[in-house]
Amino acid sequence: MAILQVLAYPDERLKQATAPVTEFDDAFRRVVCDLEETMYAASHCVGIAATQCGLPVRVALVDVSRRPNIKSHGRLVLVNPEILTWDGFGVGREGCFSVPDYTGNIMRAERIAVHYQDEYGTAHETAFEGFEARAVQHEIDHLNGLLFLDRLVSHRNDLYRRKVYK
Amino acid sequence: MSNWYMLTVVGQDRPGIVARVTSALYQGGCNLGEASMLRLGGNFTIMLMVQYDSTGDALLAMLKPVGDELGLHCHIDEIEGGLHKHIAPDVRVTVFGADRAGIVARVTTVLADAGMNILDLESDVVGSEDKPIYVMHMEGCAAKGVAALESALAPMAKEGVEVRVSPIDTMMG
Repeated sequence: MAILQVLAYPDERLKQATAPVTEFDDAFRRVVCDLEETMYAASHCVGIAATQCGLPVRVALVDVSRRPNIKSHGRLVLVNPEILTWDGFGVGREGCFSVPDYTGNIMRAERIAVHYQDEYGTAHETAFEGFEARAVQHEIDHLNGLLFLDRLVSHRNDLYRRKVYK
Repeated sequence: MSNWYMLTVVGQDRPGIVARVTSALYQGGCNLGEASMLRLGGNFTIMLMVQYDSTGDALLAMLKPVGDELGLHCHIDEIEGGLHKHIAPDVRVTVFGADRAGIVARVTTVLADAGMNILDLESDVVGSEDKPIYVMHMEGCAAKGVAALESALAPMAKEGVEVRVSPIDTMMG
């Protein structure tokens, strides 16, 4: 296990295309272990994507269970994740270890259903909501070469209170 | 470059103020830091961190031509500090109600006593001339917790001031 170096914007490798994982072997699981150790090394970190560490493969980890009062599926290894459905939208504050010293408001789906494989290649389909859904979307964005900066909503004119359209 | 200054600019709003002021600073060899620029009641206001090798007086002299031409009042303060010192807020407070004297003083005194350090505040007087509405958004850090702010502000509802306190739970990924 090793703590990997996290790339910082504007490193071009954060925007590189990622390849699907096809070999679910011990070498791949060692990469997952390194990502996991890197994620847990930062106390406030709830997710990490392989691209943040310069690895162009479609794997990300999410674990929001260290945050109090948040619905959580615990430690998640998301291999080849695809969002199947989106429902509801809300604005929340995000930060990123690849964009130090900045946080911003980002609009995300409140509920998503995601198809993914775990580190052994077993397929899963899971529904996420709220903070955890936000974290999963943030990490899948990384696998698609997107940073939260790409989705920034104005810092001043916040949209926290849900508008009700009739 | 080591000297940081806070440049304050106020003037009647018109197109081109930001472009002209920042071009003068760039051409004069300044480096710009964080800024807040906005229109307040028909005036354009700038608070801008400027890094400059020479004195504050030299900085003011550099801005004089553009200031005179656009009718801008410029002020310089030498400041401590620098960049990369952001604090992430953990609470947001929104206040609104019929505008009347003393709302800001009342609310912010209650918040300060309940442990809030305000990092960002913006407010507007909206509505109409005969029925003005005051709207204020604040973000900051709640040293004694968000619940402490909520309970401290609860009595304000009886005074006709609507207050919303919500935690900001920043997702770090």
